[in-house]
Amino acid sequence: MKFGIVVFPGSNCDHDAYHAAKHVVGQDAEFLWHKDTDLKGADALILPGGFSYGDYLRTGAIARFSPIMREVQSFAARGGPVLGVCNGFQILLEAGLIPGAMLRNRGVKFVCAHVHIRVEQTDTPFTCAARKGQVLRIPIAHGEGNYFATPDALAKLEANRQVIFRYTTAGGDVTDEANPNGSAANIAGLCNEARNVVGLMPHPERACESTLGSADGLVILESAVHAIRGGLFSAPEKAAV
Amino acid sequence: MIDSKVLERHGLKPDEYERIVAFMGREPNLTELGIFSVMWSEHCSYKSSRVHLRTLPTRGPQVLQGPGENAGAVDIGDGLAAVFKIESHNHPSFIEPYQGAATGVGGIIRDIFTMGARPIALLNSLRFGALDSPATQRLLEGVVAGIAGYGNSIGIPTVGGEIAFEPSYAGNPLVNVFCLGIAKASDIIKGIASGAGNAVYYVGAKTGRDGIHGATMASAEFDEKSAEKRPAVQVGDPFMEKLLLEACLEVMKTDALIGIQDMGAAGLTCSTTEMGSRGGAGVEIDVAKVPQRETGMTPYEIMLSESQERMLLVVKRGREAEVERIFEKWDLHASHIGEVTTDGMLRVKEHGKVVAEIPNRALTDEAPVYNRPMSRPEYLDEVQKLDLDVLPARDARIRDDRTALLALLGSPAVGSKRWVYRQYDHMVRTNTVNMPGMGAGVVRIKDTDRALAMSVDGNGRYCYLDPKHGAMLAVAEAARNVACAGGRPLAATNCLNFGNPERAGIMWQFGQAVAGISEACRALDTPITGGNVSLYNETDGRAIYPTPVIGVVGLLEHADRVVSRRFQSAGDALILLGDGKGELGGSEYLKVAYGLVQGTPPALDLTAERALQALLVQLAGARLMRSAHDCSDGGLAVTLAECTFDTDGIGADVSIDAVSVARNGETNRAAALFGESASRAVIAVAQSDVAEVLKRASAAAVPAKVIGRTGGDSIRISVGGEAAVTLAVAEAERAWSNAVEQYFAKRVA
Repeated sequence: MKFGIVVFPGSNCDHDAYHAAKHVVGQDAEFLWHKDTDLKGADALILPGGFSYGDYLRTGAIARFSPIMREVQSFAARGGPVLGVCNGFQILLEAGLIPGAMLRNRGVKFVCAHVHIRVEQTDTPFTCAARKGQVLRIPIAHGEGNYFATPDALAKLEANRQVIFRYTTAGGDVTDEANPNGSAANIAGLCNEARNVVGLMPHPERACESTLGSADGLVILESAVHAIRGGLFSAPEKAAV
Repeated sequence: MIDSKVLERHGLKPDEYERIVAFMGREPNLTELGIFSVMWSEHCSYKSSRVHLRTLPTRGPQVLQGPGENAGAVDIGDGLAAVFKIESHNHPSFIEPYQGAATGVGGIIRDIFTMGARPIALLNSLRFGALDSPATQRLLEGVVAGIAGYGNSIGIPTVGGEIAFEPSYAGNPLVNVFCLGIAKASDIIKGIASGAGNAVYYVGAKTGRDGIHGATMASAEFDEKSAEKRPAVQVGDPFMEKLLLEACLEVMKTDALIGIQDMGAAGLTCSTTEMGSRGGAGVEIDVAKVPQRETGMTPYEIMLSESQERMLLVVKRGREAEVERIFEKWDLHASHIGEVTTDGMLRVKEHGKVVAEIPNRALTDEAPVYNRPMSRPEYLDEVQKLDLDVLPARDARIRDDRTALLALLGSPAVGSKRWVYRQYDHMVRTNTVNMPGMGAGVVRIKDTDRALAMSVDGNGRYCYLDPKHGAMLAVAEAARNVACAGGRPLAATNCLNFGNPERAGIMWQFGQAVAGISEACRALDTPITGGNVSLYNETDGRAIYPTPVIGVVGLLEHADRVVSRRFQSAGDALILLGDGKGELGGSEYLKVAYGLVQGTPPALDLTAERALQALLVQLAGARLMRSAHDCSDGGLAVTLAECTFDTDGIGADVSIDAVSVARNGETNRAAALFGESASRAVIAVAQSDVAEVLKRASAAAVPAKVIGRTGGDSIRISVGGEAAVTLAVAEAERAWSNAVEQYFAKRVA
């Protein structure tokens, strides 16, 4: 299968995602420039982390207007798997592909550290190879990862089983201490209603090799391979005009 | 028009002005005077330090590029080069901590990618006043946020560093930033302008009035009016720099480029002059073609602006369109502002009319060089005296060896810097194989088996007590940290932070420190490939501790054989490499327990140091060490305690030799536990490997002794057979973890 990795000006985890997809997971991978309008036959898309456009206005607020985002929206609407990591997640929120918004971390400061997240649902293209309740040790690195949604919206997310990852202790307990940024309901990652678009603040691409401290993130990328191979999720080609 | 007041404002001395007039054969106009003032400033010309810097060892088979370019470079095998340098941004960081530190990061990153290298790691070395002062807390918070804001955004991991707190830095903090990049050895690009008619391009941020005379500001002491200099501090834009970085690296893949240089201190003036000077050519530009952020800017302002994120390129004739296209792709506009000439002049025009014309040589090679008077300062006699039998009252928290260890672990100098480094993205680029807080920073080099270890170190207190010796110890410690991680030290870079060189005592400190660096770098075969000098670090006439900071880069043949400070398992043997002599002079212990900065720093035998480092590298390469940690601030007891942290509580049980340095038994025990004798490390070794390790140590002529084993949930140390310390790992770790964090915990909430 082929991963397409979108490069916005200011993306800085694009090479990391490429390395993990291509050299660790062993799949095809290709960069997609934000001015492009062609997804180059990618089976799954990754919106990587970074500081698109410097994040000077609001995280992800400008990137969502990049030409490639029309293609991403259309790919997602056709059921194609899309993964947003960190800034990529923020862009998905800004683009309305996933509901909610990000606030400054409750500690105000940028936090880079390994944290634990629990897999809440496995019927998405990025968790289908994981076990429900599996705890992953994965790094975070962000200043604005404090997920916010109105109580009604949160209730709807829970009812629809759209919460895909939650911050927990190493043992898998949801506690306030295990919440590194103040996110509502310890939410670390979500999917859309159709379940093919997943966004998360932690960086799975940084946790794919044990020499880097953890290989727990591998299951997220391997799930995509599984999903595509098994035909669980895919975007049919656009009908010829 | 140019009178003594104008000269004073430009930081030029009357005799320097006479030199200018002699070179020019006429009076300079104001623009020319401004250009001279920044190029002849201490910051750009190194006029006080140059005679000393010439004595540093800068060559070796591993050195691909020594001092004189934007950064140094060493051969790391596989056809690759490590390009690295350290630089200070002290003065701006005091005036405006966030932007001062941020632009310091931006500046050193530009120096690295200018050489054609992809920056992959940052380190920093910081100095502040005592941390219990709210002013220091504010400075630290601003500086750390500034470093994080820039480094995180541009996506270069900050993989390590060091911080110390001493009252002498209260009015003059130090912010030294190190950056390392990787380039193909054959593709290193230089900052030269050559080939008459080749195009001179300006790319990046527009020029504003910010930072005018930054270089001159950094070449003067501070006083109560320094806050008024805030407009001389620039504002950083890491997004712009990220675009520049990617676009420049893409342009460098073509062969359309002759040379490139960033506009750092002294902006357009320095880049045009230095590029012309290196290439033996002249550069002619028209300031009207320089993109400007403000209206009505004069040639003087445009030439002296230190606006950030700007690059100067010399492009081969006929290849202009190709280069312009690459910048357009990144939404950057490259402006053709001039040409290379053959006459060796810096010629500045405005709408075609010449407004400044100066021979490059006058600005660079002919800049003044001072052999300033030096004399050994009198304070040394007083501070070097140390009578361990006559000590003042001890800090009330310290009642015995155990509480002394707790106090040391809780001192901000020793304690965990987690509060700081978790604000830095230290994992982006997925290369970091030794995390901050674990010893030297280590990054793997993708597509090879190798990794690079790097460490920045300096001990201002040691240098205050003995500048030469303190500088030697700084080199030794940086190299030892690299060796503990398994890296073979290759080369070094230095950042020399001192007071006012016009004072003979300060200049003596400087000369001594450089002599110490030279001696240690020669002995350890780590030539200096570049660096930076920061003088005039004084506020209201009080100088900082002389603070040479050394960055050492080392090579691991196998990234997966990296060694951290952390114990890996219970039941391993603990081996002390090197001998402890109970040296307490200048120690953290004397400072924490007695408030004393007194005595002479520990002795250093460079032959023994070199043997120790070679042994550490050998043991790591043979996978014979499970952890390794050198002995520095706080001595052996602190080293042992730190090995138990972040391990889920694997303790240690050791027995060490007694020393006799005082009449009092307690002081002797403190000397054994907390003395800072150099050339030592504690390594954990599988029991089955002990004989092999001792054999190798003996062959390397390194003293080695099994002092105990890992395990249990406490740190137990006996001295000369008598129990001295029994401390639960959890309690020790709490004190250590809170050392810095406690000052900020309440404010986070």
